[in-house]
Amino acid sequence: MEESGSAIMNAAAEVRAILVQRAAERLGVETERLRVEDGVVVGGPEDIAYGALVDGETLHVRYEGRGRRADPASYQIMGTSFPRTDIPAKLTGAPAYVQDLRLPGMVHARVVRPPVYGARLAEFDRAAVEAMPGVTAVVRNGNYLAVVASGEYQAVEAKRAAEGAARWSGGITLPERSKIYDRLQASAAEETVIHGTDAGSGSPVKRLEVRYTRPFQMHSSIGPSCAVGLFEDGRLTIWTHTQGVYPDRKAIAELLSMEEGAVRLIHMPGAGCYGHNGADDAAADAALIATALPGQPVRVQWMREDEHLWEPYGSAMVVEANAGLSAEGKIVDWTYDVWSYPHSTRPGGAGNLIAGNLVADPFRLTPPTNIPQPAGGGDRNAVPPYDIPGARVTKHFVTDMTLRVSALRGLGAFMNVFSLESFVDELAEAAGADPVAFRLAMLDDPRASDVVTAAATDFGWDGWTAPMPGFGRGFAYARYKNLAAYCAVAIELQVTPETGEIRIHRAVSSVDSGQIVNPDGVRNQIEGGIVQSASWTLFEEVLYSSDRIESRDWSAYPILRFDAVPASVRVRPIDRPGEPFLGTGECAQGPTAAAIANALRNATGVRIRDLPYSPERLRAVLQDT
Amino acid sequence: MVAMTVNGAAVSVDADPETPLLYVLRNELELNGAKFGCGLGQCGACTVLVDGKAAVSCILPIAALEGRAVTTLEGLGTAEAPGPVQAAFIEEQAAQCGYCIPGMIMRTAGLLAETPEPNDEEIRAALQPNLCRCGTHMRILRAARRAAGRPSEEDNFAFVGSRPNEEGAPS
Ligand code: FES
Ligand code: FES
Repeated sequence: MEESGSAIMNAAAEVRAILVQRAAERLGVETERLRVEDGVVVGGPEDIAYGALVDGETLHVRYEGRGRRADPASYQIMGTSFPRTDIPAKLTGAPAYVQDLRLPGMVHARVVRPPVYGARLAEFDRAAVEAMPGVTAVVRNGNYLAVVASGEYQAVEAKRAAEGAARWSGGITLPERSKIYDRLQASAAEETVIHGTDAGSGSPVKRLEVRYTRPFQMHSSIGPSCAVGLFEDGRLTIWTHTQGVYPDRKAIAELLSMEEGAVRLIHMPGAGCYGHNGADDAAADAALIATALPGQPVRVQWMREDEHLWEPYGSAMVVEANAGLSAEGKIVDWTYDVWSYPHSTRPGGAGNLIAGNLVADPFRLTPPTNIPQPAGGGDRNAVPPYDIPGARVTKHFVTDMTLRVSALRGLGAFMNVFSLESFVDELAEAAGADPVAFRLAMLDDPRASDVVTAAATDFGWDGWTAPMPGFGRGFAYARYKNLAAYCAVAIELQVTPETGEIRIHRAVSSVDSGQIVNPDGVRNQIEGGIVQSASWTLFEEVLYSSDRIESRDWSAYPILRFDAVPASVRVRPIDRPGEPFLGTGECAQGPTAAAIANALRNATGVRIRDLPYSPERLRAVLQDT
Repeated sequence: MVAMTVNGAAVSVDADPETPLLYVLRNELELNGAKFGCGLGQCGACTVLVDGKAAVSCILPIAALEGRAVTTLEGLGTAEAPGPVQAAFIEEQAAQCGYCIPGMIMRTAGLLAETPEPNDEEIRAALQPNLCRCGTHMRILRAARRAAGRPSEEDNFAFVGSRPNEEGAPS
């Protein structure tokens, strides 16, 4: 919305101005007399439809800011909920995703990956796989291996056989999972003070010093990555669900030593991806395999473990926070340090593609960038949104990334808001203050105060009491990137100490993402953000041992299922007519996590600073207390 | 050759009898409704009805389907004339990416065939095998409730036994 939506709004205003001008000239009247109703210029001696004004020409002009946007009060459609046009087709089986694309003569491919990053294909019994029913090709290039068959299940069976027929050697040793945070903090880092220089000089009477951690977490799309490729007459076409067709094309052209102009990527929807997942890599797989089989359309479908083991994860992160409280219960100093691996390894060059790393002449990863403030990467939302005298915030950017990582919904915002809003809650408690009032006293942006107040009111914050033992409530707020949508979340949950199970009874939120286009679309995004973030917070951690990643399927990487779905999620979108679109999709992730953390503390008296709040961890922590 | 009916039509499938139904539906029969999600029976994206009961088609070899009736998403209705469960999901706008939704619809259809008036716990339990990564769960629950003839304005899918004075609560 922020970018494309704003561009379309401005372009529409421009076109309207141009067309009204043309109508005025044709009718010989002043433009001021004319107005537009539903694509027809009215108010003059006769009505002229837009179509008649551009008959027989392509209106292609540079934007010059001739138009003025319509008065928000005049909007007929924007601001009302309307049904999505894609839903009926998707819910009745029409082809809608790249996975559904079938080209005449299409063959099916599967990739055969190394058991761990960096392993080399030492031996491979190619003939055994080629002899299998339906197998039409085995594609090998260095450590890159794929099988192709005329039937899809034949390709699956060939993949399984190829796994048995391959002997891999070497590969990196993964670090011990329990030491990953120490290792991250001990790694060589690029350090940047992103906010303040002086950590305050008040006279604190109390000091809190804490550390929060977040493990590697997955996008883990429900539909594993897929792409279809066709190489014909020296030209390559790829159908892909990548988030960036142009960067991916560039990387694929480099991988194949082809001219970019001879490579075309056509976007088709895939299953939800939540950032940089396997989509670009699957497109590269299709490219590499299709160029080996000229004239034959090739569909590459990753299996579940290809996605789980090889997608770039969301970075593990550590936050250390330290703050002092005055006798009046005010925060007088604040030091906050965040350690993170990169949050984007998108293409980039061919080295940013899995295939680029595996081919005989491998490519090197384009050095990941340290995404700068104000949006930030690992430090996204690391700067407190509150009026705190003397706050210093430092980012420690570690590029030696251990596991493959890249952009996952919200980047560092999830961890920073979890940490920051947990810490603010800890400080409120130490100050003996109500968590909502404590925040409101430090917020001077009225739009921030409005979402906080709205969520607290809808939740019934004042006067809330636990309906029975084991219940707790928690609150959190953030403005995404400190410059986009405002979101507050209040949670009521219940903990069962014997099982370590958390049930979210109510999630109540409010969101201000500027001018609202489709209120139900805003609700859908926030509801989804809350539920997904609850899953990250309660369940998710990539598991690995020294020689492999263990989280190869849903049993080794559990996510939220229906038994853990909240009983109720309420969203109040706050409309800001005429204000810029701020985007809604990523603002709920952080506040939800922190609201759960704060509610857990409220319910049990225990503060857990390490994610996730899995039943096992919770049981262990609660038994210790 | 395996003979079965798919969405009411007789089909005979000439494929390796070990082939999971999902691949036959998607490739030989060119049906898009059942999705590949995991191939392991862990996510429910591939759910269809076999003789009216929900089943995961990704691990169901066609050898087991001789003489049986398979219903896929396409068998419930069309975009122009959606079946009642599809209509309920459309009414609730119960989709983000939508990839998991066919499985959710089939699971709901299977539940309603067995239990025409399910309570919320039964709905949750029936949907438990199915995963959604977009977090569309609230809408899916609302849609299932609507399909069961109990549309509601507000979410209140209370957990059984969690609140005092509630049916099933520990005393
Ligand atoms: S694809 Fe069948 S259960 Fe996941
Ligand atoms: S709507 Fe995307 S996975 Fe469920």
